[in-house]
Amino acid sequence: MAELSLREAVGRAIAQEMRRDPNVVFMGEDVAAAGGVFKSTVGLLEEFGPERVIDTPISEQAILGAIMGASMTGLRPIAEIMYSDFFAVCWDLVVNQMAKTRYMTNGQVSLPLVMKTGNGGGLRFGAQHSQSIENWAMAVPGIKVVMPSTPRDLIGLFAASVRDDDPVIFLEQKALYASKGEVEDGEIVEPLGKAAIRRQGGDATIVTIGTMVPRALEAADRLHQEEGISCTVIDLRTLIPLDAACVLDMVSATGRLFTVEENPRVLGWGAEIASIVADEIFYDLDGPLVRIATPYIPLPAAGELEDKTIPSVDAIVETIRKRMG
Amino acid sequence: MSMTYAPGEPTQPAGAPPSLQVRLALYRRMVELRVFEKRVYDVFLQGLVKGTTHLSLGEEAISAAYGEAMRKDDWTFATYRGHAHTLSRGVPMAPIMAELMGRRGGLMAGKGGSMHLTSVEHGMMGSYAIVGAHLPIANGAALSAKYRKSGQVAVCFFGDGTTNIGAFHEALNFAAVWKLPIVFVCENNLYMEYTAISAVTAVEHPAADRAGAYGLERILVDGNDADVMYETATRTLERARSGEGPSLVEALTYRHAGHSRADPGKYRPDQEVAEWMQRDPIDIYRARLLSQGVDASVLGRIDSDVADAVAVATEVAKASPPPGEDLIMKDLWSDGSSTWRN
Repeated sequence: MAELSLREAVGRAIAQEMRRDPNVVFMGEDVAAAGGVFKSTVGLLEEFGPERVIDTPISEQAILGAIMGASMTGLRPIAEIMYSDFFAVCWDLVVNQMAKTRYMTNGQVSLPLVMKTGNGGGLRFGAQHSQSIENWAMAVPGIKVVMPSTPRDLIGLFAASVRDDDPVIFLEQKALYASKGEVEDGEIVEPLGKAAIRRQGGDATIVTIGTMVPRALEAADRLHQEEGISCTVIDLRTLIPLDAACVLDMVSATGRLFTVEENPRVLGWGAEIASIVADEIFYDLDGPLVRIATPYIPLPAAGELEDKTIPSVDAIVETIRKRMG
Repeated sequence: MSMTYAPGEPTQPAGAPPSLQVRLALYRRMVELRVFEKRVYDVFLQGLVKGTTHLSLGEEAISAAYGEAMRKDDWTFATYRGHAHTLSRGVPMAPIMAELMGRRGGLMAGKGGSMHLTSVEHGMMGSYAIVGAHLPIANGAALSAKYRKSGQVAVCFFGDGTTNIGAFHEALNFAAVWKLPIVFVCENNLYMEYTAISAVTAVEHPAADRAGAYGLERILVDGNDADVMYETATRTLERARSGEGPSLVEALTYRHAGHSRADPGKYRPDQEVAEWMQRDPIDIYRARLLSQGVDASVLGRIDSDVADAVAVATEVAKASPPPGEDLIMKDLWSDGSSTWRN
C-alpha cells in the first residue's frame, strides 16, 4: 500500500502495461526525455527505451495517425494529447477514422489504442487549455470515454483501456493531478462501464465524474450536516460504456437526480442521463431532474471568474438545497 | 542508379525493364482495372450503384505497378478513389463490385461502399475519404513494421490535392524523422476536384518540389508508363525495406473521366484532354509490348480473359442479396456489438 498522487499514478499505470506487454508503445509531445509537461511520465524512457517511449513533433494528426496505423498492425499504442483542447486539431483522426473504421470494414479492423489527455479546468489556463471535452467524445459512436477520479481508479481503468480492443479517450483531470489516494501494490485492473457508488444516502442521487467527484462528495457531506439532506454520489468513471443501470437503481431509490458536470451545459452528458431517467423511471421520481454544469461560455482565466464558472462545492450545495426545498 | 531528376522534367529511371512475365502481369492488371472501372460506370448508369464512385480510368499504371512490385504482406493505404488500388492487391472483382452495389456479398457486406474498400487479408488496409487522413495512419503501420522488424512496407497513395493539407506535411516529417518503411505515392492528375492544382499551389510540382523540405529526394515520374512505374516501385520499396526510410513519389497522370460521378469534367481544356488521351497508359504499353515482339494473340487472350472475368464478377455481384438489417447494429466494437450502456 502506498499513497500516490494522480500524477504519479499515470506513470505507474503506463509502466504496469508496458512491462506486461511488449506491444505497448507510448508517444506524445515531451513525454519521453522531459517526462511530460505534467511530469507524469518521468522515468518511462529510462525503463523502456526510445523505441517504446517516443517524443514526437507538435503534430497531433501525425501522432493519432501513427497510433491508429500501429494498432491496426499488431501494436497496442498509447498516445498523449497534451491538453484535451488540442484534440480540435486532430479530431478527424478520432471522429472520421478511429470511430468508424471497424464498422465500415464490417469488423475487419480492430483499433486497440488509448488517447490519454489532460482535461478540464481549475488551473487558470484560460479558454484554450481548460476545456472539458467529454461531451465531444461521447457524441461520436465508436469511441470509449474514460475519466478516473482517484489514483487507484486511474491505474485500473488505464489498464483496462490499454487491454481493450477498441479506441479509448482517457481523460486525466488536470485539477486532480496533485490529489492523493491509497493504492495497493501489485497489478490493478478495473472494468470499463462500471460506476462506483462513493456515498449512499436516501434523499437524492448525485451523478458525477472526474474533478466533480470530490466536490460532490464534499457538498454531500455539507448537505447532510447543514440541511439533513442525505445524498448518494455516483462516480460514473466511464461515460462510454455508460453504467445506466447503476444510475437508474440509485435514482429509483432516492427519487431525485442531480448531475454535476464540468462540461458546458448544452448537450453535456448529464442531458443524456436525464433523458434516460425521464424515459425509463419517470414514475419513480419525486421532483425535477436538475443539472449543475458549467454555463454555455468559454472558460475565463482569472481565478475568481473560473471558480464561479465551473461547478463549485458551494454551487452544488446551494442548488441542491434550493431544489430539494 | 540515380533517382534525381532535373526540375520539372519527368525522367525515365535508369535500369533494366521488368521481365516479360512481370510485364504481362502488369498489362493484365491494367486491362483489368480499365475494364472493371468502365463496367462500374455502366452499372452506375443502370442504377445498380448508388451514391458516388471515383474512377481510376487513365491512372492504371501507378497502382498496377505498385501492386505487382509489393510483397504479399506489405500494406496499401488508398483514397476514396481506391477501386484500382484494391484490385491491384489481388482482391477479387466480385466482392468489390458487390460492395459498390451495396450487397451482402460485398467486401464489407455493404457497410463501407465505394469510398472505403478494405481487405485486410490482402494487405489492403483501407480507402480513406477524408483527404490526407491516411498518410499519418500509414505511418503507423510503417512504425509497427519497424518496431516488430517485420520487413513490411506501407504504401500510401493520394492525389495532388492532398499535398496542400496539413496532414501531408505532418506525415512526411514524421516518416522522415523516424526513417519509416513507407512510400508516399502522389498521383498527380493535375486537378484536385474541379480546380487545377497549379492554380492553388506555390510550387509547380506539388509533391516532388516539397520533398526537399523533408530531406527526401525529388522523384517525379511518368505515371502513365507502367515500366517506369514498376521500376520506381521496386526501387522505393527496396529503399524502405532496407531501412533507408521513406520516399515521396510524384507520378504524373490524368483522369479520363471527371472527379466523381457528379462531374463531367468540363473544366478541362479540350486540347489538354486530347493530348492526355494520346498518352493512355494501356495503349502505350500494348504498343510497346507488340513492338518488342510479344504476339498480338497473347495480349488478345488477356483482353478477352479479363472481359469474361469482369462480366462474371458483375453477374455474381448482381446475384448477391441485399446486406440484411441484422448487420446494422453489429461491429461498432470489437465484441461485435454496438452496446454503449447497460
